[in-house]
Amino acid sequence: MKSRWLILALIAVAIALPWCFYDWGHHRHAGFLLSMLSQMGMMVILALSYNMLLGQAGLFSLCHATFFGIGGYATVHLLNAVGAGDVPVPMELMPLLAGLSGLALAILFGAMATKQRATAFAMITLGISELMATAALMFHHFFGGEGGVTTNRMIENSLFGLTYASGLQVYYLILAWTVLATGLMYYLTLTPLGRMANATRDNFERAQFIGYDPRMVRFLQFALSGFFAGIGGGLYAITYEIVTFDALAAPLSANALLMAYIGGTTVFGGPILGAILITLLQSGVSLLSNSWLVYVGVMFIAMVIFAPTGLAGIIKAHGPIRHSGRLGSLVVPYLRLVIPSLGLLLGFVGLVELMSFLTIGAAQGKKLVLFGGPVDVHAALPWVVSGGSLILGALWLRWEAAGFHRIWENLTAEVRR
Amino acid sequence: METVLISVLNGLVYGMLLFMLASGLTLIFSMMGVLNFAHASIYMLGAYLAFTVSRFVGFFPALIIAPILCGLIGAAIEIWGLRRVHHNGHIAELLFTFGLVFIIQRLVQMTWGMLPMAYRVPPSLDFPLFVLYGANFPAYRGFMLLVSAAMLLGTWLLLKKTRIGLIIQAALTHPQMVSSLGHNVPRVFTTVFAGGCLLAGLAGVIGGNYQTTEPGMADSMGPIVFVVVVFGGLGSLAGCFIASIVMGMIQTFAVVIDYSIADLLRPMGLMLTGDTLLTEVLTVPVARIGALLPFVMMVTILFFRPRGLMGTRDT
Repeated sequence: MKSRWLILALIAVAIALPWCFYDWGHHRHAGFLLSMLSQMGMMVILALSYNMLLGQAGLFSLCHATFFGIGGYATVHLLNAVGAGDVPVPMELMPLLAGLSGLALAILFGAMATKQRATAFAMITLGISELMATAALMFHHFFGGEGGVTTNRMIENSLFGLTYASGLQVYYLILAWTVLATGLMYYLTLTPLGRMANATRDNFERAQFIGYDPRMVRFLQFALSGFFAGIGGGLYAITYEIVTFDALAAPLSANALLMAYIGGTTVFGGPILGAILITLLQSGVSLLSNSWLVYVGVMFIAMVIFAPTGLAGIIKAHGPIRHSGRLGSLVVPYLRLVIPSLGLLLGFVGLVELMSFLTIGAAQGKKLVLFGGPVDVHAALPWVVSGGSLILGALWLRWEAAGFHRIWENLTAEVRR
Repeated sequence: METVLISVLNGLVYGMLLFMLASGLTLIFSMMGVLNFAHASIYMLGAYLAFTVSRFVGFFPALIIAPILCGLIGAAIEIWGLRRVHHNGHIAELLFTFGLVFIIQRLVQMTWGMLPMAYRVPPSLDFPLFVLYGANFPAYRGFMLLVSAAMLLGTWLLLKKTRIGLIIQAALTHPQMVSSLGHNVPRVFTTVFAGGCLLAGLAGVIGGNYQTTEPGMADSMGPIVFVVVVFGGLGSLAGCFIASIVMGMIQTFAVVIDYSIADLLRPMGLMLTGDTLLTEVLTVPVARIGALLPFVMMVTILFFRPRGLMGTRDT
């Protein structure tokens, strides 16, 4: 019941957000915000559809961007065809067709990949991903080579008479499809297929004994996730009006994995959280720092080691404590964690920035500005301060974490009783 | 004829380089069930470390120092990283090494910059070894062959003739049994992981100036090495060796064949005209399809014969 209100609130915020930053003086929307929100919508679909494999079926796929990309390419070619007057397809249905193209390709590749599971599955998908990326650079007719394929989204064919000239209209189209796709994917987790995917993830042999074919379950799940990824790709093509080889290359697959995992694969909403967070980092931190991917990478590794359930999993773990009304007794232990974590974080950020500035930044001829002041990269002081704060923070945090762990264990034991 | 001979030699050099990378990966993969995505990143690290070390002490000491550094890094990764995620299952281990790829890539970019390094062949090896039908065969490639042959012999002797080698071999196929017999299997794991990383580092040292030392080298090498490992089969160094050489040959021979399917059709009286998708597919020369071949091979072999060429069990 509560989560229903949360969802409605999220949708309301997503609808209202462009208007909160409306520039009344010039009568226009904040372009940066709109493009960031649009990007978020696509990434939410990508991450959620990826989680249909990783979280729900326990399949580690490395070719998810292939279906995203193919949806993008299909949409670009469709838009061009509609623009030339060859086929009449309204804009609003474009992502559906993109999804179908993703579905078709996922059926083809899924028939091969889902014969295996676990590591062998990961290897096949790696092969597929590299195969498609190499092919995309080779065949110019469909993929356009390195330059990609461009299009024009103003095709004047819309169910509601919209032109999609402004970013706002495109954003609302993306939002509508994101909500629709999310709803469908949530519905899928409730169907027998979704439940069987969980069962084959947890114990595929027992699922087999009950009489289900795990391969069929994997195949259906793979094909459907390809469908949703294709929808995301269609929205990508509509937004940027260009699809290049980046849309199906390995870095995007990796991105889908990072978003889903950091957000949390064990909770349905986890990847949404991850997609929003990573997109924020991508568009916010990447402006400030050259090395934002280091932070994402380290965050990912830390998650794999310390919190395999992801952010949403951590939040979910507080559920029983909240129900018993004991959440207040965790405030002080959390505050005690904050100070050493900040030290660790500042030291780490300082070291990374100093180091990357020696090479990449210097090549770009910028001046390093850290924590509100210019810093001389070649002086010893910033290095010593950062290193010291990193080491001290790490040791202190380790000590505090042990204490926190005790309190947490006691509390959960009490709550369980 | 001369193209064939030169290509055979080049394919052999490339194949041996691949084997140096893939042998460590096969050992790690077969023993621990961990597909180490970061293996090619260690290869890259080896090249960069060798570049930096060789600036201070010269190439030949770097040939020893850089691989040892890589081995130590590998041991650290195993002890403080992999072992901690081990109890979360194979997917967690895969994810961990996958994250390492990111971090190592970025660390390398941060430390050495985005541009290719001026890591060159040492002057003492920079001369043509012999001339074959007017084409030079550089001495450095001969040196690469020598190093990889020495490494092959060394690994073989270590695995077949020493006690630790016997334990490693046993742990490849029956880790539980070896553990029950009282051997410290985690320590064997660490040794093998470090050893694999050492070999990858060595491949980086001699491969870094054969190819180019740049931040993208891990991404270009990684998938090929996986193909070799899968193709050769789990738990079989012999299969891995054959697969490496085959892959080296395929890669070098594909580059020199400038024919396409359209050229095959021409004698049959079929001429392709126009500029459509079909003609494009048919007129792509083998030289360009060569890049696709390894992945086609990997997907096919995983589909039809998941244990690979000479593997003892399924991937």
